[in-house]
Amino acid sequence: MAETHSLQDMRQQAAITAKVFIQRDYSSGTMCQFQTKFPSELENRIDKQQFEETVRALNNMYAEAEKLGSQSYIEGCLACLTAYTVFLCMETHYEKVLKKIAKYIQEQNDKIYAPRGLLLTDPIERGLGTLYSDC
Amino acid sequence: MKNCEYQQIDPQALSVTPLSAQNLGEKKAQSPRRKWEVFPGKNRFFCDGRLILSRQSGILPLTMGLIVVTCGLFFAFDCPFLVKHLTIFIPVIGGVLFVFVAISLLRTSFTDPGILPRATPDEAADIERQIDTSGSSTYRPPPRTKEILINQQVVKLKYCFTCKMFRPPRTSHCSLCDNCVERFDHHCPWVGNCVGKRNYRFFYSFIISLSFLTSFIFGCVITHITLLSQEGKSLVQAIEESPARYPLSLVICFFSIWSILGLSGFHTYLVASNLTTNEDIKGSWSSKRGAEESENPYTYNSIITNCCVTLCGPMPPSLIDRRGFLPPDEPIPAASASDIELPPFRAKNDANMCTQSTKDVLERVVHSSDFPVLCSPGTPKTTPQVLNVSSRAAPTSEPSPSVGCTQQQARQSAATACPPFSRSNKRDSLHSINPAFRLASPSPTLSHTTLILGDAPDTGFNPLH
Repeated sequence: MAETHSLQDMRQQAAITAKVFIQRDYSSGTMCQFQTKFPSELENRIDKQQFEETVRALNNMYAEAEKLGSQSYIEGCLACLTAYTVFLCMETHYEKVLKKIAKYIQEQNDKIYAPRGLLLTDPIERGLGTLYSDC
Repeated sequence: MKNCEYQQIDPQALSVTPLSAQNLGEKKAQSPRRKWEVFPGKNRFFCDGRLILSRQSGILPLTMGLIVVTCGLFFAFDCPFLVKHLTIFIPVIGGVLFVFVAISLLRTSFTDPGILPRATPDEAADIERQIDTSGSSTYRPPPRTKEILINQQVVKLKYCFTCKMFRPPRTSHCSLCDNCVERFDHHCPWVGNCVGKRNYRFFYSFIISLSFLTSFIFGCVITHITLLSQEGKSLVQAIEESPARYPLSLVICFFSIWSILGLSGFHTYLVASNLTTNEDIKGSWSSKRGAEESENPYTYNSIITNCCVTLCGPMPPSLIDRRGFLPPDEPIPAASASDIELPPFRAKNDANMCTQSTKDVLERVVHSSDFPVLCSPGTPKTTPQVLNVSSRAAPTSEPSPSVGCTQQQARQSAATACPPFSRSNKRDSLHSINPAFRLASPSPTLSHTTLILGDAPDTGFNPLH
């Protein structure tokens, strides 16, 4: 019985350290997008709209990173012509956007998630596999 | 944490000298190791993690040797003659092509092809949980697949048992490198690395420039011989003048031209239709297979767009953080702690996968339907892998699972009851695990569970993050 009680305490403590994984959404191909479905574990912790807005903003930023526009083509051609040595001095467009994403996540954590006891982890640390939030 | 460490170190101290226990402590004081040093795949790293190569780099030196020797012979013998008779640009063009080939080859060989990092234990457990909660089966089918829709085309995502995650589309597991590689094309022994998303453009520029180089050298050698024979000497005399090298240069060039040109042509076709060698060989999108017509969902239906996307598209960064430092705290205990404490969330831990095996053992002992609902079963194949990965990442906790488990398991079976987590569990009857394996695999979860229950106030198990 004593064991059961301490377990319940642990369970409460555990709720603090739960990890919720938000998986990738592959419906538009191999582009990096995350599912905007609101996980049930976060129901009492954060507003659904807020969460979906964050994920949508992240998805937009990843789409921008992988966008096939004239800029990326020029960068690609320039790299090819210089035998890819240009990347030794220059940062790729993708890397620049990743820095932006990191800053955005930091911002969101400070403003919205940390006050609610949540923590978003940058997907790049997980190999862009999942976006997870620590409860 | 203290108790866990005590259990982990204690048996070790019995078998190993006390120095090793000291070393464990000292290790923490040493400089932190970089992640490439504990990378689980079969790769070799150079320059402190900056360069990556497959462990089976086989014939890369041969490739380099052939290119250097052929070009060397060309510059040494043909160029002086041709410069005299034709133009100075011959060696210049040759030089430029050679530099391009060399750089492309080096970049192909030493660039991370797009290796996906293996799923962390908690992530793997979360995936397992999702598979279970979908109520997909009462037994585990060997290949786990997930079907998704990409551009109105049904694509099956396979579960990788080594990396413990569902492979993203177009990702394949290379058995030679033991890694999942994004947009996996093939493993090239000539280049000594996999060809995947991040280095496909380098590989393509390598084979294209090599085609030009070999054609150019071949052409120059033929011109040389022709000019010599035109000067009054016969063809045979001309060849006799430089006995050894003509056969060598010509033979190498002749054979490589056909194979390289063929390969270039094939890859040009792949680039234009946005396919990978893997998909082409398997016939994934071929309409010949089966009755269904499946189209490539990734193509942009325009040759130019496909080429631009593949060759000039954005360059994603390496997802394996090779030069990052390993975190000082051990991932296993922290992860297990947080996962054990989350019965509602069900098993985000590799350790939890072992619980199932213990659960089954207990089932046999107790014959009760109330059992811990902690785990999603791991396949027999994964659990040892998982333990391997975890223990590699956190060497100090390596003995912990096995040691702690066996002790706790003994204790638990004696207790014959699992009061803490009794809740109705549909999954009791699920998941036939090979009994032989079941008995062999330790149950770290149970050990941690028991530890938490008994020693909760003492354990420094900080469910932290």
